[in-house]
Amino acid sequence: MKEKAFFGRPLPELKNAKFPGKLFVVEGADGSGRSTQIAMLSQWLESNGFAVRLMGLRRSNLVSEELEAAKQGNVLTRTTLSLFYATDFFDQLVNEIIPALRAGLIVIADRYIYTLMARDSVRGADREWLRNLYSPALVPDAVFYFRVSAAQLIGRNFQKNSTLDYWESGMDLGLSRDMFDSFVKYQRILQTEFQRLQKEYKFEVVNGNRMVESVQQDLRRKIGRMLSIGIDIVPPAPPAE
Amino acid sequence: MTAKQQSFPGKLIAVEGLDGSGKSTQIYLVKRWLELQGSRVYFTEWNSSLLVKKATSKGKKRQLLTPTTFSLIHATDFADRYERQILPLLRAGFIVLADRYVFTALARDAVRGVDPEWVAKLYSFAVQPDITFYFEVPLEVSLNRILEGRPSLKYHEAGLDMGWSTDPYESFRIFQGKILKEYADMRKQAGFTTIDATKEIHIQQAEVRDIISKKIDLPTFRRRQRK
Repeated sequence: MKEKAFFGRPLPELKNAKFPGKLFVVEGADGSGRSTQIAMLSQWLESNGFAVRLMGLRRSNLVSEELEAAKQGNVLTRTTLSLFYATDFFDQLVNEIIPALRAGLIVIADRYIYTLMARDSVRGADREWLRNLYSPALVPDAVFYFRVSAAQLIGRNFQKNSTLDYWESGMDLGLSRDMFDSFVKYQRILQTEFQRLQKEYKFEVVNGNRMVESVQQDLRRKIGRMLSIGIDIVPPAPPAE
Repeated sequence: MTAKQQSFPGKLIAVEGLDGSGKSTQIYLVKRWLELQGSRVYFTEWNSSLLVKKATSKGKKRQLLTPTTFSLIHATDFADRYERQILPLLRAGFIVLADRYVFTALARDAVRGVDPEWVAKLYSFAVQPDITFYFEVPLEVSLNRILEGRPSLKYHEAGLDMGWSTDPYESFRIFQGKILKEYADMRKQAGFTTIDATKEIHIQQAEVRDIISKKIDLPTFRRRQRK
């Protein structure tokens, strides 16, 4: 069993970092197809006999309620919000992700430290500070970043909700008072930030503008290689909404 | 997010020391002294941000906290107080009095095995105090002051989460001993002004007031008197 890597000094909670499980991360904006692809991946993995655990942001036992409240009320300042999200993240990492990996599960994380860093970074947080903040985190076995053009994102967001989300539009940044304008500008800024992160952390960029099936095919080929699963199965149709 | 080089009209005075060193009594007396002089003064204490408090107490009660999340939730609490109160008040020209500051976090987190460099960088957004009083007291003295009444020690307060001992009093002794060592190690670098906390309260207070008066031009912080 290979020892897992950490970005910096490993967490003090760990005696050793030898886990049989694998951690895969999917990153991308809302509407980039993350949840659809993850649902399909987990179905495929289970059909191949792998146990899967899904993870996401803002789901910790410790602070998820408080974070939701803060998001609604817009009452927390920036450093506070960064640290609150980090608390949520590390709570899940220590109490859920790592035990699952130790037990040999495949963990698929719907967003990871990269989204958290990108969001804070475009809001003026110091990059070095952020890098340090998340340095005790586990390096995933693979990170897939779904890159989708702002135009596509808008289409998909409207299909799903018929409205744009305040935070996903970056309205707190004051880029524009017009939500549509703000959304486009914010997503572009985020993409630039992700490009920067991609160079630093070397994750795989997946062209998310394509059909659901071809994106899935791509992911299965890459993950299948790492888990020695053949990929001759034709991907099933995406689950109906 | 590093704030060390910023300068403000306000002044920041922090107190640090072991539980039972008498630092809270001393900072309270400083507060009263400055208030009675008519100075613009604000007092803030560790672990008191309302927004974060709920999560912290839930985490502590249900024993959900691990060293890393313990560290982060206290940093969150501090950041909330720092960004909404401490920093704006310093910019507005107040004397801010802090009962415990980042040094408490550095000491406690190090004892819990968290990388000290990581914690230091976490708190790098916080300005260094103009004066940090360290109330030095022998371990036995502070332990006696706290444990005399056989108080019920809280789980984390006693360091029970570390599993050094199942007896809360024994665990507290071990914990405080380790904190003392951390304080001793950081003393020089942190630029502590040490006060002998075994002296009588009013003697210590006189010393503290003397140091503050010499270092801070107090008359400039007085509210203008109404005629």
